[in-house]
Amino acid sequence: MSGAEKIVVKVTDVVAVNELVTRFRFKRTDGGLLPTFSGGAHTVVEMQDGDITRLNPYSLMSDPMDQNAYTISVRRDDEGRGGSRFMHSKVKIGDEMTISYPVNLFSLDLRAKKHLFIAGGIGITPFLAQIKQLERFNGHWELHYACRSLALGSYVDELQAHHSNETHVYFDDQKQTIDLVKLLEGQPLGTHVYVCGPKGMIGWVRATAQAEGWPLEAIHYEEFLAPQPGKPFEVKLAISNKVVQVSEDESLLEALERAGVDAPYLCRGGACGQCETNVIDYSGTFIHRDHWLDEAELSSGKKIMPCVSRFEGKTLVLDR
Amino acid sequence: MSKFEFPASILSRPVYGTLEARAGASHLFIADAEGAAAIFDVATPDLMARAHIIYITKGGDYEGALRALNPAQFYAGPSYSAAEQRIHKTFLDAKMGLQVYLSGTEGLMGQAQQAAMQAGIPHTAIQTEHRGSTARRMQCVHCKGITEDVATDPFQCSHCGLHLFVRDHYSRRLAAYQAVCIDAEDPGNVPTAKGLYE
Repeated sequence: MSGAEKIVVKVTDVVAVNELVTRFRFKRTDGGLLPTFSGGAHTVVEMQDGDITRLNPYSLMSDPMDQNAYTISVRRDDEGRGGSRFMHSKVKIGDEMTISYPVNLFSLDLRAKKHLFIAGGIGITPFLAQIKQLERFNGHWELHYACRSLALGSYVDELQAHHSNETHVYFDDQKQTIDLVKLLEGQPLGTHVYVCGPKGMIGWVRATAQAEGWPLEAIHYEEFLAPQPGKPFEVKLAISNKVVQVSEDESLLEALERAGVDAPYLCRGGACGQCETNVIDYSGTFIHRDHWLDEAELSSGKKIMPCVSRFEGKTLVLDR
Repeated sequence: MSKFEFPASILSRPVYGTLEARAGASHLFIADAEGAAAIFDVATPDLMARAHIIYITKGGDYEGALRALNPAQFYAGPSYSAAEQRIHKTFLDAKMGLQVYLSGTEGLMGQAQQAAMQAGIPHTAIQTEHRGSTARRMQCVHCKGITEDVATDPFQCSHCGLHLFVRDHYSRRLAAYQAVCIDAEDPGNVPTAKGLYE
């Protein structure tokens, strides 16, 4: 079976944080302890939505050392494919769900002298766990958190109450913006910057830090890409000897799984590289959306990341 | 002044490049002896206006020419040890965006890289260019003493006196190559010393 090992859990809390964000708390159904994790880790939550099995990654926001329960926060995305809507409307206290062991693709670099966190909106969640981790050994950190408004600023109150010196919040509706160049220029040598938020913010922070001469090793980012809907297409699988139709709002990976093919995966968000698949033949255009393949691989027509990328055209034959 | 081409070796052996000016708010150059020439190759008035040059003369005569580049800050000293306090203080006060350029002997570049790494700069982000002597900074794996500027193989440890074989096995943490007793199994059977790379 592909993906990280699974854990069966019970939903013990469903709390509306604000109009868009709901927090869920999970405990093991067998009463045992959950594994510890490291700040920045995510879990893949399985959702049984009618005939469709959805597997969405969510950052763990609870204390990494708390083995009693995990918490995640889910932002409702009305334009998305329905995973977050399912979590918001269908999941109730007492429900049994399956989640994966924690996987961390956004861990702290503990060699850093200082950790500079830049969050946008729901991108705050991995930092909540990282802050708890750093507080345990008196780590040096600072958070710059941009959100739409006070009403939609998830966990702003909690952060300001407990970490008023380290937390800097910027509200869009008050026209407050992060003065990024100034912020980056003032950081002591050995600082690492971490960014999690919308695509535009990640690109802005990465590009600005590089232009300011920050080493690539000191720039960390995480963006889970939800697979985007697109035109339906057909894929031939050379090893499994199957022909699979990928529908409009399912990902290529989901279509493979529906056809009973045990395709590898881990993050399901275009970041980890686990699902990298060789293309044997194609006639058409790839719609690459991942963060994994490099420029040469993207244009080679020899690789695809089925978790987020799609295809438009006549033939696609995969080595799977 | 030709550059020495080091023969290909094991993965542990450092590989040096060619300095190039990079984007950054400030620029720190640390060089010894003929390493000065690598600075001449990248120096522009614009770059020098934001540059701090720390030069270990080691008997070289480039100090005047480096000073003439008119860097924002300039220091010249006789040895790495003499410059060490200044180097550590410079890293301590530095902000992110600092670019580090090292040029000259392996011993100089290794020690300056070690100081930069301790200050939190990933070693892959530090530029290096070898110039001048090919002598090495060696650690005796037996007594742990460091012998500077080793130019022959084998050589005698300046601390414990063992005859040591010069290895390509390098430690970034120690900023030194490893040297191992050459006559451990047959004491007294020490081959005649040859120059490195001869």
